[in-house]
Amino acid sequence: MGKPTMSVEDATALAHRIGREVAAIHAADVDVQARFPKETIDAFRAEELLGALIPTELGGLGHDLRTAAAVVRTVGRYCASSAMILAMHHIQVACLVRHGRSEKLRNYARRVAADQLLLASATTEIGIGGNTRSSTCFVERDGADGFTLTKQAPVISYGEYADAIFTTARRDVDSPPSDQVLAVCETPGVTLTPLTGWDTLGFRGTCSLGFTLEASGDAALILDDPFGDISAQTMLPTAHLLWSSLWLGLAEEASWRAQRFVQKAARKDPGTLPPGAIRLAALMVTRQEFAATVDSLMTRYLSIMDDPEATSAVDFMVAINTLKISASTEFVDVVNQAMLICGIQGYREDTEYSLGRILRDAHGAAVMVNNDRIAGNTAQLALMQREI
Amino acid sequence: MTQSVTDTIRGLLAEHARLGVDVASLSDTDDLYGAGMTSHASVTVMLACEDEWDLEFPQQMLKKSTFASVANIRDALGELGVDDASVASA
Repeated sequence: MGKPTMSVEDATALAHRIGREVAAIHAADVDVQARFPKETIDAFRAEELLGALIPTELGGLGHDLRTAAAVVRTVGRYCASSAMILAMHHIQVACLVRHGRSEKLRNYARRVAADQLLLASATTEIGIGGNTRSSTCFVERDGADGFTLTKQAPVISYGEYADAIFTTARRDVDSPPSDQVLAVCETPGVTLTPLTGWDTLGFRGTCSLGFTLEASGDAALILDDPFGDISAQTMLPTAHLLWSSLWLGLAEEASWRAQRFVQKAARKDPGTLPPGAIRLAALMVTRQEFAATVDSLMTRYLSIMDDPEATSAVDFMVAINTLKISASTEFVDVVNQAMLICGIQGYREDTEYSLGRILRDAHGAAVMVNNDRIAGNTAQLALMQREI
Repeated sequence: MTQSVTDTIRGLLAEHARLGVDVASLSDTDDLYGAGMTSHASVTVMLACEDEWDLEFPQQMLKKSTFASVANIRDALGELGVDDASVASA
């Protein structure tokens, strides 16, 4: 993907500006109403950030994953739902640009950049139990160039606001459950019938309702590679890295609130270490480990992302699974520690140290793709890992 | 009479690969993943092979392609010294 066209520092500064000027202003309302953060997504569009991961030759910004992750991490400090929507959009874009080689798919990527299209996904299915690598629904070719598919999806985040929904399905009616493709279902050809609402503890603005999805589309917009390869080489590592970056940003926000609280207390009584100061030092150990883990896995993935043998190697799969588990666990840990430091000021909903919304968001991390499922996969992989 | 390595592999696949079809309907070169074997099931097949022939697949063989067909598994075992001759003399 060449050199990043924007430095991590510049991207972070841009994200702080969007966060301060837009995301922060609407975040509380997005949370209370469980509504789509339209203002922030429009701000992303104004900066062409929905094309961040699209190469410049296709009209995108040509950011690398580290730069895109820096934006997600920073916006998350202002509005977790907005940042999560950007992260989930980027995951689909990464799949499109890395596994869509045909001219039609490259043209579609050009349209995503030019028209700042928002991409959603439907990768889980009712009755399967959360395993993205298995499908019941299937792609039905209409004999010409089109396809249809119907899927019962337990969640499609921001499905009603997306321009396309990337949907997994069996390759055809006779394919086994594991022989899947990823089909671009453009929303003009999609009917969504809600099955469940989205009234949750946190990440309320992602509007991740369950739907029956009925789609008809252009068969040329089915990605070239089998979904199993897309998942291993791109979707899973990109998802775990972007989610972990987002959770890190939220943990850093909680940590800074605690740090400001301790600093304020120190100013009131110079020369005396405030009661929370030792806890703050302990919190910084967790925070530093968290940041270092995300950074090290980012470096590792960027160095092997174009080598399918390396991304499907047991060592890497164990590492990228473990990242999701450790980041989601440390996220809750940091917020809990921050809460003890800020005390009643963090517990209250009306102070500059309030941690309620971050705490609610934090508990989403372990349950979105449940850590127990990932631990099960990791345990299975550990059965075939060898010492080097 | 000793069972051939191929027949033993087929027996292990029938027991552990959780294919969507009867293993007897597949040729030695048919893609097992295409026939419905998940990556989870392939780990079970690997463990069953290791137990059957009392061996350990080395790191470089632990990739998807090693377990992609009966022939691939037989070739991998051959590299580890398991073939019909060695089984017959054991």
